[in-house]
Amino acid sequence: MRVIRTVNIPSGTDLVALYREQMEEYPKFFKMDILCKLGFLGTELLLKSDPDRFVPREDRAVLTFSRFGCECDDRHYSGTIDDYPSPALFVYTLPNIVSGEIAIRNRYEGETAAFIIEKYDFERIRSIVGDVFQDRKTGSAIVAWIDCRTETEWECQVSLVEK
Amino acid sequence: MKDRIACLGYGALTPLGQTARQTYEAVRKGESALGLLPQGSPLGQDAVVSLFEDRSVLDNLSFFDTIGIKAASQAIEASGIDPSSPRVSFILSTIKGNIEALGSEESDYSIAESAARIASYFHNPNPPLVVSNACISGLAALLQGRRMLLSGRCDYAVVIGAEVQSRFIISGFQSLKAVSASPCKPFDDSRDGLNLGEASAAIVLGRSEEGWEIADGAVRNDAYHISSPSRTGEGSYKVLRYVLDSIDVKDLAFVNVHGTATLFNDEMEAVALDRAGLGDIPINSLKGFLGHTMGAAGVIESILSILSCEDGVVLPTRGFSEIGVSRHVNISSEERPCEGRAFIKLMSGFGGVNGALLFRKGGRV
Repeated sequence: MRVIRTVNIPSGTDLVALYREQMEEYPKFFKMDILCKLGFLGTELLLKSDPDRFVPREDRAVLTFSRFGCECDDRHYSGTIDDYPSPALFVYTLPNIVSGEIAIRNRYEGETAAFIIEKYDFERIRSIVGDVFQDRKTGSAIVAWIDCRTETEWECQVSLVEK
Repeated sequence: MKDRIACLGYGALTPLGQTARQTYEAVRKGESALGLLPQGSPLGQDAVVSLFEDRSVLDNLSFFDTIGIKAASQAIEASGIDPSSPRVSFILSTIKGNIEALGSEESDYSIAESAARIASYFHNPNPPLVVSNACISGLAALLQGRRMLLSGRCDYAVVIGAEVQSRFIISGFQSLKAVSASPCKPFDDSRDGLNLGEASAAIVLGRSEEGWEIADGAVRNDAYHISSPSRTGEGSYKVLRYVLDSIDVKDLAFVNVHGTATLFNDEMEAVALDRAGLGDIPINSLKGFLGHTMGAAGVIESILSILSCEDGVVLPTRGFSEIGVSRHVNISSEERPCEGRAFIKLMSGFGGVNGALLFRKGGRV
């Protein structure tokens, strides 16, 4: 297994400014929770020089790892329940939605998954990604550690990995 | 046969039974745990759900942790493994874990910490893994357990699927207009949504020539929409096609589908089954018995399917009466005999995920 390249989005970065600077209009970006915004922008930075993007492919997985999952959005959604429960917030209370957003944007029809582990552990993530490469068609993966303690304190590292 | 990954022990705690076997017997008798939320329930209203009555907890543990531990204890005891061994890995499947504790001062709701408490209850020295892949979590956790064993990193995997219902989850699914106020009707013409349920189930996986094998499995994304399934059943079709590499269709006893009884899910599954050439294979959905138990569903429905295939029956699809999907599917509200020695467990979920596992019976064919 080989890490091809990695990008980091430092904690506290102005994500809207980064979005405007890095990509064309993608209105869905503004609906996303913090976890999705980070995974989405991280993948944009990672792949922007790829010549063969946006061609449907089944051989690339999207795997996200975190400790806090989507706890930020859990708190947001929870605050709406008494008044008017927000479907737009609720859907992001699933930690795997970020892998789905990345798959939709890039037309990745391969495996997607969200794993929660107690702390960042490179060797452990490498082992789990290696497990996913047992799939007979999967040859590469977007692997992300995206961990949001709050909306301004996070760790976000997104890598392209080949089998 | 070192690559044969099999189910060595089962455990379950559901509103229908204290064990997997009791739950199965209740399903065979046609019992259902579905009921309307009572007036004034703190969980909400206008929803049919399947909930535990007994909510007692183990010392200092949440109800979520308690049911996870109870199901795992049964599976561990049945398999005879030593859960404190460093060669045993724990995998927890859940979507919202102990979310009911959100905002509470006394207990935390971190899923990572629930998993750690469950593993440490059994004195297991390894950090547990949580698979939270929407509604296919249980299936994805079993697949991950199989892969960890194949990689040689462990000798046994204890895969636990658990979900507790809460106002958080029920209001959320209601906000998406996915919840029915009547018992669900999978694949039926008048189906109008799903019923949420709580359950806990566990399977111990290990290398063995005996018992039910997880022979193959795959997860694929629709790459279409985060909360609507693909109209062409793309991901579901792809996972079916993948596992069909490992089995002749004629050897399949049935496909236990997701069958949530939402308009879109069941239609999508019918399209995927048809595209995969499985229109004539018996299918069933178990949601009419236990509701949609989310993170537990993949594990408990796999166990019930194993026990029924063992007895040579396809469990009925409770709530179904008149076909309401555009493609031909072989579904029935009655229990039916079957002969095959293998079945497929199929699931789909938010985020566009789809998964299939192929289970095959051990022994001579």
